[in-house]
Order: sequence, then C-alpha cells, then structure tokens
Amino acid sequence: MTTTTLSLGGALNAGLRRALEHDRKVVIMGEDVGRLGGVFRVTDTLQKDFGDNRVIDTPLAESGIVGAAFGMALRGYRPVCEIQFDGFVYPAFDQIVSQVAKIHYRTQGRVTAPLTIRIPFGGGIGAVEHHSESPEAYFVHTAGLRVVTPSNPADAFHMIQQAVAADDPVVFFEPKRRYWDKAEFDVDAEPDLPLHRARVAREGTDATIVAYGSVVPTALSAASIAADEGHSLEVIDLRSLSPIDFDTVEASVRKTGRLVVAHEASTFLGLGAEIAARISERCFYQLDAPVLRVGGFDVPYPPSKLERHHLPDADRLLDAVDRSLAA
Amino acid sequence: MVDKIAYPVQLIQPDGRRVFRPDYTSLVRDIGPDQLRDLYEDLVAARRMDVEAVALQRQGELGLWAPLLGQEAAQVGSARALRPDDYAFISYREHAVAYCRGVDPGVMTRMWRGCAHSAWDPSSVNVTNPAIVVGSQGLHATGYAMGAHLDGAEIATIAYFGDGATSQGDLAEALGFSMSFNAPVVFFCQNNQFAISEPVHLQSPVPIAQRAAGYGMPALRVDGNDVLAVLAVTRQATQRAREGSGPTFIEAVTYRMGPHTTSDDPTRYRAAAETEIWKARDPIDRMRRLLEREGLLSDEFLARVQATADAVAARLRSGTVEAPDPAPLDLFDHVYSTDHPLIDEEREQYAAYLAGFAGIEEALS
Repeated sequence: MTTTTLSLGGALNAGLRRALEHDRKVVIMGEDVGRLGGVFRVTDTLQKDFGDNRVIDTPLAESGIVGAAFGMALRGYRPVCEIQFDGFVYPAFDQIVSQVAKIHYRTQGRVTAPLTIRIPFGGGIGAVEHHSESPEAYFVHTAGLRVVTPSNPADAFHMIQQAVAADDPVVFFEPKRRYWDKAEFDVDAEPDLPLHRARVAREGTDATIVAYGSVVPTALSAASIAADEGHSLEVIDLRSLSPIDFDTVEASVRKTGRLVVAHEASTFLGLGAEIAARISERCFYQLDAPVLRVGGFDVPYPPSKLERHHLPDADRLLDAVDRSLAA
Repeated sequence: MVDKIAYPVQLIQPDGRRVFRPDYTSLVRDIGPDQLRDLYEDLVAARRMDVEAVALQRQGELGLWAPLLGQEAAQVGSARALRPDDYAFISYREHAVAYCRGVDPGVMTRMWRGCAHSAWDPSSVNVTNPAIVVGSQGLHATGYAMGAHLDGAEIATIAYFGDGATSQGDLAEALGFSMSFNAPVVFFCQNNQFAISEPVHLQSPVPIAQRAAGYGMPALRVDGNDVLAVLAVTRQATQRAREGSGPTFIEAVTYRMGPHTTSDDPTRYRAAAETEIWKARDPIDRMRRLLEREGLLSDEFLARVQATADAVAARLRSGTVEAPDPAPLDLFDHVYSTDHPLIDEEREQYAAYLAGFAGIEEALS
C-alpha cells in the first residue's frame, strides 16, 4: 500500500506516467505538453523522463492533433491527445465524431481506435472566453465514443489509466477548476469500479442528486448543508457520461423517489434531459416529484464576473431539492 | 524539385512516343516489355471494372458509384510503385488502387450497395476503407507515417485525394505535421480538374503542387495520364520516404472523363469540346500506342488482357448481385469494441420487437 496525497492534476500526471510505463505504445501528443508540461502542468516532467518520441509537442492544429493521433492508432499506437481548452476542441470535432468514433463500426470491428482525448472543461477559474465551456453533450450524442470525467484525485488517477487501456476511443473531460483539489489515496490499490460505472458518493434517503465532474463536490456540500437541515440527500457521481450507468441512478431513485440532475453545461438538451427522460421511463411509479434539472443557463458562457451566477452552486441545488421535496 | 512544378513530368507522349528524361527514365529502367504489358492489362482491367460498376448502378444493383474513367494511369501507376508493406489511405474513387493492392473485385462494391461501410479488411491489403470526408485521410496517413517512423519501419505511406480536398484545412494541417515530424508520407493529388462541378481554378489560382512549397515540401507535377511517368515519380517519392528524407507532394494532372458520381450530370458544368480534348490524351490509348510502336502488341496478348478484364468484371458483378443483405440486428454490432449498456438495451428491445412479427409471418405464409 502506497498512500499518497495528490491534487487531481497531480493524480492525472501520475496516472499518465503509469500508462507510459505500462505500454510503450502509449504516446502523449498536444500543444505545449512537452517542456512546459501543459498549460495546467498535467504532463509535467513526462517528456523529460520518456523522451520527445513519447511525449510529442505538436503544431497548433487541433484537427491535426486528433487526425494524426488517429493515424498513429491505426499503426498500433495508443495516443493520448491533449486539447488545451474545451473551446478549442471544435476544429477537431470532425476528426473526433466522423473518423475516430466511427472507424470500428465502419470496418465491422476490424479496426479499433484506442485514442484518449483529454479536454480540460468547465468554468470557475476566471478565464476569458472559449476557456470555460462544457461541450460534453456534443460527444455524448455521438455513438462510438466513450465519454468520462473524474471528480476527485483517486478517480482521476485510475480513470485516466483505464481510458488509455480501453480499446474504444475515450473523450476524457477534466474538471479544470478541481485540478488543485487534493486527496489522499492508495496509488497501488486496484480501482474500485470499471470505467463505465457510476459511484454513490454519499448515501441518503430523501432525494438523489446526480452530478459529474466539477459539480460533484458542489453536490456533496449541498448534501452536507441539507443534512444540517434534516434532509438526507444521496449524491451520485456519474463518472461515465457515455454510457451512463442508469442502473445505479435507477436504484437510487427507487430508494429516494426524487431526482435532481446538476451540471455546468446549458440545460437545454444537456445530459440532464436524457437522464430525466430515462428515469421517468424506468421509475414512473416510484417518482414522487418530476425530475428537476439544475444547469448552466442557455446562454454562451458568460464573462467571468458573471460566472458565479451561471454555474450551479449549492444554493441553486438546494433550491431545486426544496422544490422536489415540496411536490 | 520545387522549381519544376510548372512542368509536368512525362515519359510517354499521347501518340505513344517515349520522352527521354534522364532523371525520371532511370527510375523505370526495369520496366521492360513484360512489365509494360502488365501495366496495360491493369489499366484495361481497371476501366472494365469501373464500366461494370456503372452498369450495375444503372441496373439498380448499386446505390451509387464514383467512376474513375480517365484516371486509370494515375491510380495504376502510383499503386504499382508501392511495396506490399507500404500503406495507402484512399478516397472514394481509388478503385484501381484497391484493385492493384489486391482487393477482391467481388467485394469492391459492398459500400456502394449499402451492405456495409467497408468492403475489405484494411490490414489484409494495407489499404484503408475509402475516406468520404475529403482531406481527412491526409492527416491519418501522416499519423500512420509518424508511427512507422517511430517504429523505424522502412515503409512509405501514401495519401490519395483530389484537387477539391486541397482546399480543406485538414490537408493543410497534414502538410504542416508531416514536415514538422519528417513523416515518411507521399501526398498524391489526382487533379482531375473538377470537385463535382467546381473547376480546379476555384480551389487554387496556382498549380496545386505549388501549395506544398509554402511548407518547404518537395513537390512536382506529373502527367497523370502517363502511367510510366506516374510510376516513376511515385517510386521516387516512396523511396525518399523509406530512406527517411520526409514527405513529397505529387500532383498528377489528369481528367475525370465521366461524372463525379452516378448521380451527377457533368453536362451542366463543362463543355463537350473540353472532354474531347482529354479523350485524345486517354491513358489507355496512349499505352496501347506505345506498345504498338515498340512491337509489343499481339493477338495473343490482347486476348489475355480481354480475358483478365472480363474475369474481373464478372467477379465484380457476381460479388455484387450475390452479396447478402446484412441481418437487422447487425445494425447494433461493432459500435464499440466492448459492451455498451445503451446499445445492448436497444439491441434487445429491437430483437423482441422483431420477434413479435414471427408468428404473423408464419400465419401469412
């Protein structure tokens, strides 16, 4: 047992290091991932230790990064691409959804694309525009991709290794405002869950909050506040956005009868809509209230002086919980 | 090389006479009478296969086909320059490339008939399934070549695309990446003068090969209707790649004699007179004239060529009409390489739905 305290960003770095050690076909590629170690330092020291053939600084071209990584995957490599910020992934969108996602289906299973596409996502760090977006629904809507996001250092450490080892392409969203959150965990323990499974982050009986990525800690603090007020909230960390582990969500809702889904992305046609629809189908007779959603507003990501209004906080979550409990 | 891009390399004139170019003739010194005859056979077989597929589309057996008529020399010449372990990334018109690489004509039409998105296993012939989003494959080839370079493999990767694709950002990114990483890749542009209806000058006011110069990449133009010249320049480019000298850009200047696809009507956008000019430059006629001049044509040889072409066409026809429809539940296969609960749930639900008809069909039959 090797218990270590790591930040979420540090845990990703440690996980990537393990992945590079484990399989010589793993390569990291992206803008500034080498000497700089990435703008968030997630790949810090990796080029120094593994060389510039394993940790590759690329030209500034996102479609090029993903398209070339795809070609390397066809040659037997396992590339991990870094897209520097969420809002920069759109030039690579075609390569991800038209090429990477579809190659296994197009070739009747003869060709796999074991790519991991890392994308720091979400707001809350006071950034300028195009640096705080939540584009996960675009990718979740595309068959052939797996989409995941950790919410804490231990999951970050294990999930990045699971993503790199997966034979399917994985879009790996990193909740950037949680990069500096620290936790102590055992880096030699086996992961608790497979990559596609959700985790019950806190048990409760009165209502369920489903969240993922950066909103999970928010939901947990909302649950603590609610507990002081006499309400027992269950918090589920989805971890995997495609597929979504509806069985775990359903089991919780069957117990609590109430569901609030929370995410930073705009609410309209966001993941909350899909979860509400599915849970309404599965738990129609167990629900004591309509499934409620708390998300970003249906506006472009606002200037940072306004982002605290846009991002769901514990108060907005508790407001929704109150409405659910009152129904 | 860069300063020569305005002058396409040519080794056979349209009337069949040879052009002596010491720098390029030496690259095809080993192409003797037998090899010339084989190239001619490939050209005829490619055209025959294409004609058969167009007929099959007209007969309702194929949903669509992208004819290669007129581009046989560009495709055969470049494909025959490749070695078995080289890797080709193709687009949707490269039927002759696929044929030369050993794709069974009996499966060639799978995608066009709608039976599957792909017709063959890429790793069995080192040819990808066709790229439909034009230009995307330039990056894939670059990445594959980067991987080959890291592996220390002495192979070349070749990306096939048209003149229209050169306007796509992905191709520009591919040129940049391949130079940055000295990737052993050959960019093979078949400039067939049209991107559906758009003439090449709308894509580029300068010769397309000139674009590569801005990336510092060696580039040349070759007469794309001259199979020997295409063979020579592609050999040179693949050799550069294999020995670690980096990427090359080839613009094969040719002409699409037919429509873009079987759904297209080229009379709306080009004059018959223009097509007539290019008919005089026909790649197969040119090769035949060369063989004639050099005394290499015989009835026996022509009969052999005819027999090969007919066999290829027959194989393509029977493979097409006999291709079974996929089963309904194949719909859900291979979306992921490992289980995915959403897909599994939908497969189960649809299977149950279909099973509901079983009794009805029995009752009706």
